[in-house]
Amino acid sequence: MTGRLVTSREALLAGALMLLLALVATRFPGFVAPANLARVFNDTAPLILLALGQMAVILTRCIDLSVAANLALTGMIVAMINVAAPGVPLAALIALAVGLGTLMGMANGILVWKLDIPPIVVTLGTMTIYRGTIFLISGGKWVNAHEMGAAFKALPRAVILGLPVMSWVAIAAVLAFWLVLTRTTLGRAFYAVGGNPRAATYAGIDVGRTQFLAFTLSGALAGLTGYLWVARYAVAYVDIAGGFELDVVAACVIGGISIMGGVGSVAGALLGALFLGVIKNALPVVNVSPFWQLAISGTAIIVAVALNARASRSRGRIILRRAEHAA
Amino acid sequence: MSLAERHIPDRLHPPLRRALLRWESLLLLVAAAIFAANAMASPYFLNAWNLSDATFNFTEKAMVAFAMALLIIAGEIDLSVAAIIALASTAMGAAAQAGVGTPGLVAIGLAVGLACGAFNGLLVTRLGLPSIVVTIGTMSLFRGISYIVLGDQAYGGYPAGFAFFGQGYVFWVISFELALFAVLALAFGVLLHATTFGRAVYAIGNNATGALFAGIRVARVKFVLFLLTGLMSGVAAVCLTSRLGSTRPSIAVGWELEIVTMVVLGGVSILGGSGTIPGVVIAAFVMGLVTFGLGLLNVPGIVMSIVIGALLIAVIALPRLWAMRRRA
Repeated sequence: MTGRLVTSREALLAGALMLLLALVATRFPGFVAPANLARVFNDTAPLILLALGQMAVILTRCIDLSVAANLALTGMIVAMINVAAPGVPLAALIALAVGLGTLMGMANGILVWKLDIPPIVVTLGTMTIYRGTIFLISGGKWVNAHEMGAAFKALPRAVILGLPVMSWVAIAAVLAFWLVLTRTTLGRAFYAVGGNPRAATYAGIDVGRTQFLAFTLSGALAGLTGYLWVARYAVAYVDIAGGFELDVVAACVIGGISIMGGVGSVAGALLGALFLGVIKNALPVVNVSPFWQLAISGTAIIVAVALNARASRSRGRIILRRAEHAA
Repeated sequence: MSLAERHIPDRLHPPLRRALLRWESLLLLVAAAIFAANAMASPYFLNAWNLSDATFNFTEKAMVAFAMALLIIAGEIDLSVAAIIALASTAMGAAAQAGVGTPGLVAIGLAVGLACGAFNGLLVTRLGLPSIVVTIGTMSLFRGISYIVLGDQAYGGYPAGFAFFGQGYVFWVISFELALFAVLALAFGVLLHATTFGRAVYAIGNNATGALFAGIRVARVKFVLFLLTGLMSGVAAVCLTSRLGSTRPSIAVGWELEIVTMVVLGGVSILGGSGTIPGVVIAAFVMGLVTFGLGLLNVPGIVMSIVIGALLIAVIALPRLWAMRRRA
C-alpha cells in the first residue's frame, strides 16, 4: 500500500534534486561535471552515514539527538590514541571507533528500552554528556594535523576505483541498510514498531528491544563517521560537528521519513542528505553568501514536511485517525 | 508529538497528584542540597550581590520555559525559541541603527516574537504538521534570516535607556529581570492552574480527541500557546539584548535545549498532559545554582553542561528505577 506512495515521494525528491542541479548548472556549468559531483557526494558522505542510522531510529518512533556528539567524542578518542601511541594499528583504531560509538548508542537504547524514558529526553541528556566528556578528556585542546599519523589521515582520502574510501564507505552503508530494511526481519520490525507499536507487540516483536537495536546501529555509524571525520579534516576539537544532529534530522525529514515513525526508505534518506549537500556546496559556487544556507535548509525542511503531510492526508480526515489511535 | 506509547488512564489517578507533589519536593531538596554544597565550597557564594548576579543565569531562559511548559503539557514542542530570540534581537539591532527609541525597540522585539510564534502556530494547527519537525525547520529559518542580515557583523549602539531591561535594578539587589521573572511565574502559574484555559491545556495534552469532543477548540488553544511562546521569546530577546548590549546572529545559540531541559527537569512530562509551573520555577533555580556554583569554582561551562545533562537523565531515571524495584 505504501509502496507506491513512497516511490512517488522519492521520485518527487529526485526531481527536485535534478532541478536544483540544473539551476546551479545554468549559473556555473562546471558544478555538474562528474568529478565535481563526486566531490559533492564525498563531502556529503558523513551526513549520509548518520542519516541512515537516524532513519532506523526515527522509523521506530524515536529520535537520536546525540549522534553529532557521539561522532565528536569517538573522533577525539581515536585521534588522541593515535597521537599518544602511534604504533596502534589503524584497523584497531577503526574497530575501537565503531565499538565506542556502538556503546554510546547502546547507552541511549538501554535508557529508552529498560527505563522507558522518552528518546528526546535521553538523547538531549547524552548529547551534552558526550560533548562535555570531549572537553574532560582533551582539556579543551585541539589535536592537529601534524600530530596525527600519516596512515591515520590517509585512509578516508585514499582513492579506490576513482572514488575516495569515504565515498565507498557511504555507498556500502547505503547498500547494507537497504538490505537490512527490505530483506531482514529486523528491518520489518523497525517499520512494524513505528507503524503501530501495539500491533507489533501482538505480532511478537519486542518494541523496546527493536528501538534499542536502532539506537545501537545509529551509534555504530556515528562512531565510524567519527574516525572518518577526524581523519579527513585532520583535526579534532570539542566543537567538531556542532549542531550536525539537526542537519541529520533535517536530511531524514526532507527525505520523507515520517517523524511519527513507520514511514521512510533508504533512498529517501540518501536523497535528503544529498539535497542538503548540494545546497551547501552550490551556494558559494553561484556567489550566494554561505550565510543563506541555514535559512534555505530551514525552508526546505518546512516545505518537505508540508508536502509529505499533504501526501498522506488524502487517506482520511485526520481526526478520525487520531480517534483510532487513542482508542 | 507522540514519540512513545501513552498510558493515559494512569495520569488521571489521584495518587499521581501525590507523586507530582513528591516530584517538586524532591526537586526542592536537590536545590537545597546544591545551595548548601555551594555555600560550603565557595566563600563567595553567600553574598547578596553574587546571588543576585546568579539569577541572570536562568531568568531569561525561565521566561521562555514557562510558555514552553504549557506548550509541552499540551503535547507540542517549540525548538525554535532560541532562533526567535536571535531574530527578534537582530530586528531590534537594525531598528536601533535606524534611530528607533527604547519603547519602539521593545515593541519591535515583542512583535517579531509574536509573528514567529504565529508562523509556527499556523504551520502546526492549520497544516496539521508535527511541531517537532516544523520548529526544527523554523529554527534554521529564523536564525538563518539573522545570519543573512548580519553575516559575521554585530549590531551595537543601543540607546542608553534600553540597558535598563537587562542591567537595571528595581529594588536593592532585585534586578528588573528577576522581578519580571517573578511576575511572569505568577502569571503563568495562575493561567495554567486556575483558569479554564489551563484546564484545556491539560485536557489537550492527555487526550486531544477527547478534548475536542468535550468542546475545547484544540487548534485555537494550541495556536495561542505558540503565540505565547513566541511572545516570551521576544521578551527574553529584549532582556538578553539589553544585558549584552550587542547582537550577533549566534546569540542564545543552544538555548532551546537548555529551556526544554529546564521544563523537563521541572517535572513536565515530555509526552504531555502533566506538569506544574512551580516545578519549572524550582528547576530554573536548580539549573541557575548549578551553573553559578560551578562557575565560582572555576569549572568551565562545558563541564556544567555534563552536570545538567546527567541531572536531566538522573532526575527522570531514578524515580522509575525506584518504582521498578518496588514492583519486583
